[in-house]
Amino acid sequence: MFRNLELVEADSNRSGLSVGALWFCALLIAVTCGALIAAIVLSPKAPPEIAALIASALPQSGVENPVTAVLLNFRSYDTLLEIAVLLIVAVAMVPGRTRVSGSRAATVNTDHNKDPMLADLVRWLVPIAVLVSGSLLWSGAYAPGGAFQAGAVLASACIAVVLAQNHSLQWQSHRARGSLVIGLMVFVAVAIACVAITGTLLQYPGAHAASYILFIEIALTLSIAATLLLLFTCLSTTSATVERSMDGAKTGHPA
Amino acid sequence: MTQELIYSVTGIALFAIGLFGLIVAGHIVRKLVAINMMGIGVFMLFLATALHGPDTVDPIPHALVLTGIVVAVAGTCLCLWLAISISKLDNEKRKNPQQ
Amino acid sequence: MTLQFIAPYLLPAIVTVPLLAAICNFLMASHHPRLALNALFGLAQVLLAGLLLIALSLPDTVVEMRYILAGWSAPLGIELIADGLAAILLMTTAVLYLVLSVYSALYFTDKNKGARFWPLWWLLATGLNGVFLAGDAFNIYVTLEIIGLASVALIALSGDRAALVAALRYALVGLLGSLCYLLGVALLYRAYGTLDLAQLASLAEANPLTWAALSLISVGLLLKTALLPLHFWLPPAHASAPVPVSAVLSGLVVKASFYLMVRFWLDILPVATTTLALQLLGVLGTAAIFWGCISAYRAHRLKVMVAYSTVAQVGYLFLLFPLSATSIDAWKVSGGALAAIVYFVVAHALAKSAMFIAAGNIMFSYRHDDIDGLRGIAREQPLDVFTFAIAGASLIGLPPSAGFIAKWLLLGGAISSGQWWWAAAILFGGLLAAAYIFRFLNVVFDQSQAAELSAQRHARPVPLTMALCGLALAVMAILMGFNAGWMLELLSVSAAVSA
Repeated sequence: MFRNLELVEADSNRSGLSVGALWFCALLIAVTCGALIAAIVLSPKAPPEIAALIASALPQSGVENPVTAVLLNFRSYDTLLEIAVLLIVAVAMVPGRTRVSGSRAATVNTDHNKDPMLADLVRWLVPIAVLVSGSLLWSGAYAPGGAFQAGAVLASACIAVVLAQNHSLQWQSHRARGSLVIGLMVFVAVAIACVAITGTLLQYPGAHAASYILFIEIALTLSIAATLLLLFTCLSTTSATVERSMDGAKTGHPA
Repeated sequence: MTQELIYSVTGIALFAIGLFGLIVAGHIVRKLVAINMMGIGVFMLFLATALHGPDTVDPIPHALVLTGIVVAVAGTCLCLWLAISISKLDNEKRKNPQQ
Repeated sequence: MTLQFIAPYLLPAIVTVPLLAAICNFLMASHHPRLALNALFGLAQVLLAGLLLIALSLPDTVVEMRYILAGWSAPLGIELIADGLAAILLMTTAVLYLVLSVYSALYFTDKNKGARFWPLWWLLATGLNGVFLAGDAFNIYVTLEIIGLASVALIALSGDRAALVAALRYALVGLLGSLCYLLGVALLYRAYGTLDLAQLASLAEANPLTWAALSLISVGLLLKTALLPLHFWLPPAHASAPVPVSAVLSGLVVKASFYLMVRFWLDILPVATTTLALQLLGVLGTAAIFWGCISAYRAHRLKVMVAYSTVAQVGYLFLLFPLSATSIDAWKVSGGALAAIVYFVVAHALAKSAMFIAAGNIMFSYRHDDIDGLRGIAREQPLDVFTFAIAGASLIGLPPSAGFIAKWLLLGGAISSGQWWWAAAILFGGLLAAAYIFRFLNVVFDQSQAAELSAQRHARPVPLTMALCGLALAVMAILMGFNAGWMLELLSVSAAVSA
């Protein structure tokens, strides 16, 4: 698939390095690595004060799972910025709005001869995956799970649909673009609303913290799923075009 | 205690192997694999730090690693997309060398 | 009175406003005009940063503002911190963003590219503001990644092969740098059990683990700052990006990681620094000054020349480290050196952005930037050449520019601390900078075959606003040289309290 990527001069340290230079690098890295390991083994570890602190603050966080509490309450600012990172990659890769398009995010392919096995599998798999995603989202409050896991499962369900070639995605549509940004939008909106309600950015009003977190997580799940789906389709379709154009190049100019 | 140390040392070793791979590898995909390996090394060190005993686990490193994974996915995808765009340009050029 | 009421909300607003701008721009249809909206967001940013500066320079207020996000104080939650240094850098960011947003609205005529540019542009601003306000070591990692990935995406906007390759290389370097930084943070968390910078500063001790963490963090940040042996990615990336992106990359992005270097070496982990390491940073900086100037002199393309000049100017910044290490009372003495360096950062941000705009306008007009092909253009592009000359004067350090004040203060620091060899490096670097600036000016003022050359060239007229944007920044760099007082005062207050 990436046969012709050897043309990509990924950086100036291309392995045109001589054997001597390689040994030098290996030795340098090995020594640094040894020093780091020695520093870790020899120095004491901080006592788990913060774990106790979290245990005592957990009842006010609105959720029972401490990891979810850290992600969406104690250190929610990090998560907010991390969704912004996802939006950066989405903006960089989303296909341009070349033509005016409708509002539908996906259209049904009619002229395609479908693989019956694949279509049937998707018919069974996708509802289950959506259910699993919902359950992961819900259980994030008290067990491992949450928006990221739910979003990944939801994205894989969508990828299965795309692979069955029954539908094609319209990234130019308003809905598809909206789904990419809705997580950040809701998160920022809630953050600002918190300023109006409690006076502090991202500080949820005590009694309702759980519903605020759930609300944010639903939006995050949608955005994460949409972004992962976008990443998959962009990378797979462009590499398919590369392959096709390579085949064209081969048949056009036989060596 | 020893379990925690084994994980920490493995994490550092993964980071070092990844760094060496990044320098040695010529192909962009290999380089990206190497960078992801370095990332996993750092995440392992974080997770080892979280372990304080059979009953006390610090959840903060777990949350940091989750954030880190999402950021790593984003960075890797952006690199792959750039590499594919470059190879697409090269292919077009190979098909129409007069341009 | 009203300021007292607004002040607590300034820090979160400074991070939120660019995020809102990014969301608005992403949701807008690509054919809508963007100038008014983005100029408005730019103005809002300037206003917020200005209020922060005023709030911090009032005589009876605190020198450091803190904001506890989500109501959870450290080490459980994340805090934002702003002192005089951060406020000045935020103001620089806001001013550059305002001018460059106006410029970009005219520069991106391709609607499709523009639709992609604006959300990335404001997300980059979010990252920059986030870094300057960060009070948490892991939060810095996330903001660094925002800056890195947004810069990569913005460089790739040009779409030609050189830009894509430069972006890919920059992305790999950026990821490597962030991971080194993150490993350092992991070690610090392991040793001290907190990510809060202020708590780390009070807990840190000089031991092998802290040394290891500081070295990893420094390697990561130096990769991103492009200090000499790690500078190889900078010239292609900065030279092949779209013009407003080049300006921000040279003016602000490189400074963000330098700012973190200053924070970690002088503020958070000074116990782990040694005189030898500080001197080493100074030596690398001096080497960067010479190598950057020589490469700039030998460059064939104008934008490559300006990009190499950034390598050289980054070198000056690192003279801060040896100059601040002369006394046990590091911060009191370094108040002077730090003020000089901050002055340098602001002067360079303004002058370099002006220079990139001038170079970009020349490139827009002639569709190339081969220096030899630009013989005698001073008559056709008087405004852009004038902008280039003023900005160049500030980079060389001629009076009365801001660059002159910055170098004057640096020289003073070098001589008063008895390290005259750094003064020699600063003076010689200024001569070398004059060499490459005047080499270009010589070419453009050469009127020997002006008539026939200009007939061959078919210059495309540059919109007046685009030229004025560059001129505005260059004039600001000169004006900064006239009223240095208040800025130095603000910095000395924050330095005296940290001591």
